[in-house]
Amino acid sequence: MQTDHRVLSRRSLLSAVLAGAGAATLAGCSTPVGAGLANTPLDPGTVEYWDLFGGGDGLRMQQMVAGYRAANPGIPVQAVTLAWGNPYYTKLSLATVGAKPPNVAVSHLTRMQTMQQAGLLQELRPEDLARHGMAAEMFNRRAWEAGLIDGRAYAIPIDTHPMVLFYNTDICDEAGLLDDAGALKVLEGPDALTDAFTKAQQVTGQFGATHGINADPASCWRIFHTMYAQLGGQVIADEGTRVVLDDAKAQQVLEYLRTLTVERKLMPGAIDYQGAIALFAAGGSGFHINGEWEISTFQTAKMPFGMALLPNVFGGTYAVHADSHTLVLPRRDDQTREQLDLSLGFIRALLDQSMTWAEGGHVPSWMPVADSDAYRKLTPQSNYAAAADAAVYDEPAWYSGSGSNFENVMGSAVGAVESGQLTPQAAIAQIRSQLTALAALPSPV
Amino acid sequence: MTTLTAPDRPAEQVAPALRDADVQPGHGRPALLMMAPFLVLYLLFIIGPTLYMVLMSLFDTSLVKEGLGSWAGLGNYAEAFGDPAFWESMWHTIWFTILTTPPLVVLAFVLALLADRVRRGRWFFRLAFFLPYVLPSAVVALIWMWIYTPELGLLGRFVTALGFTEPGWLGDPDVAMWSLALTTVWWTLGFNFVLYLAGLQDIPRELYEAAAIDGAGPIAQIRRITVPMLARTTSLVVVLQVIASLKVFDQMYIMTSGGPNFSTRPVLEYVYDVGFTDFRVGYASAVSTLFFLVVLAVSAVWVLLTRRQEQGL
Repeated sequence: MQTDHRVLSRRSLLSAVLAGAGAATLAGCSTPVGAGLANTPLDPGTVEYWDLFGGGDGLRMQQMVAGYRAANPGIPVQAVTLAWGNPYYTKLSLATVGAKPPNVAVSHLTRMQTMQQAGLLQELRPEDLARHGMAAEMFNRRAWEAGLIDGRAYAIPIDTHPMVLFYNTDICDEAGLLDDAGALKVLEGPDALTDAFTKAQQVTGQFGATHGINADPASCWRIFHTMYAQLGGQVIADEGTRVVLDDAKAQQVLEYLRTLTVERKLMPGAIDYQGAIALFAAGGSGFHINGEWEISTFQTAKMPFGMALLPNVFGGTYAVHADSHTLVLPRRDDQTREQLDLSLGFIRALLDQSMTWAEGGHVPSWMPVADSDAYRKLTPQSNYAAAADAAVYDEPAWYSGSGSNFENVMGSAVGAVESGQLTPQAAIAQIRSQLTALAALPSPV
Repeated sequence: MTTLTAPDRPAEQVAPALRDADVQPGHGRPALLMMAPFLVLYLLFIIGPTLYMVLMSLFDTSLVKEGLGSWAGLGNYAEAFGDPAFWESMWHTIWFTILTTPPLVVLAFVLALLADRVRRGRWFFRLAFFLPYVLPSAVVALIWMWIYTPELGLLGRFVTALGFTEPGWLGDPDVAMWSLALTTVWWTLGFNFVLYLAGLQDIPRELYEAAAIDGAGPIAQIRRITVPMLARTTSLVVVLQVIASLKVFDQMYIMTSGGPNFSTRPVLEYVYDVGFTDFRVGYASAVSTLFFLVVLAVSAVWVLLTRRQEQGL
């Protein structure tokens, strides 16, 4: 019996220690882990902010958050950076469903719509925005309107990030493609672009241009979408329930892309994202087609380069594929007005630092900065500022948007044409069958 | 490996002794208590989620909505069976398993045999063959992506220097799976290699000496002694390898994103695409359950195989 007693007392001591340690952890509600375990909100008055920026964007966003901290020393900010793409959006959705969302979060404009349909976002009412000096007309019109759902705002756009044309100034100079001021001459029409790529190829001895194809359906989709939209084409309609692909227009674009890679070998047909960048940076091509966000990569490589709008290849109304980073307020039922104002104030503070953001290549949506002299003088970033007004976004559907299966379906077929594995007709048939299957599914949101 | 201790003690005699120890009064509860940390975690993170997966597979569960969603019955399973994308990805996983398992078993055996015979610097060969296995999948994938890069890559330069045209290592749908298999063989060979090395050390030297005295050459010794004595190791290696190959995801996800044009998308990436990209967790659970049954069947074959081998001894 005595033995038993001793065992028991040792156990009770152990459990007491454990309980004490647990209580100590849970008491630390100011940490997200503690708050999560104890099922309590973070200290009210904290701004919890989630983003998905790495690389140069990540550093610039940290600077901007630091700017907010310096101006508001009394307000604690918890900034969390998660990996781009699915890992980010699944966590953001689950945190909101589980009633533990951040106060402010970054979302792509094309992803924000799905979250709104799932009921995960707060509406941003004009009167609330007005208290912080924000109104619809102070943003780039295209980005603002693309983010409206039934006329209501759910997201504040901070930028437009279009596809652009990078060019190696030394190679293009040698190929006679620069004007007197040292900028790329305007290239309009399919022949002008092919011609420029051919001249650049003669200088490099390898390729005229590169873009990611292997394991990179997103880049393939963005380029296809740019040219297809210049022809006035649309892929899906009615929230993704109808496939309205225009075969003739799609075929025209696919055949053009196929000419560049398979027939004239002006672009490599089987290179991945990093390889396409490396080949351009190493002088193996005169041009590179990608999103403007790669500006930091080429600045770091200390290579001579410029940036321009992707040409208007097919001559219709100018259009270029783009997306926007937006700031959203995930739904929370316990939202107080003070907390809402804190979040909106934080958003306004980030917008005011749009110049920092613009250095990373993004076209600012905040017009006070976009219209400023300082931004106009920022080159090569402001060379393609017009892209924001001509931006075309993924058409809305629960399965479309940045990093979605829609982009995967479209880009895989386009990439297969560019690498010569599928004929344009076969690619169109494949797109149609895969999209029809997606369009027929009931929406999970 | 207990290969050599078992024969002189029949299994039936060992078992009752163990059973007695099992039921010794008063030992059950402490044993359970000692196992509790493991059992709780296992229930919480393996058994629980597995049961929940099976449950979700019967509903149209969405990732962005609370609760299980509406009842789907066997609808998700019917959709999977009717979806060519599911069958394609299932085939890619099986094709990858077919491509990787034989070299990973045979090469591991041959290399272990060679490393075991080396007299000087044996540690070096053991380390050299095992080393790639310690690398994380992302690192391996990034290294090999550079090796396979067209125009700039190491392998491309090598092949063109020899006068061949460079194949699209990861860009050609007919070649990409082979390239992924090659990367995987280089990366994971070390694990099977170590299992075989351990098996080889269990074989008593006297057997080889006796065989040599009887006039058996090296080939005969390998065929008549080494291979049969390693039978249990081989069945373990084969089954572990089949399961590991069936679970392939990382290499494709990083190196090809399942492309070009979906030609290397394994079933697990299909699950990821429909579950996390499309938010259709219910349907993804149904596909996972089907895949779970396949892996379970492979494991069952192994259990049967080892039982038969034990009885044969």
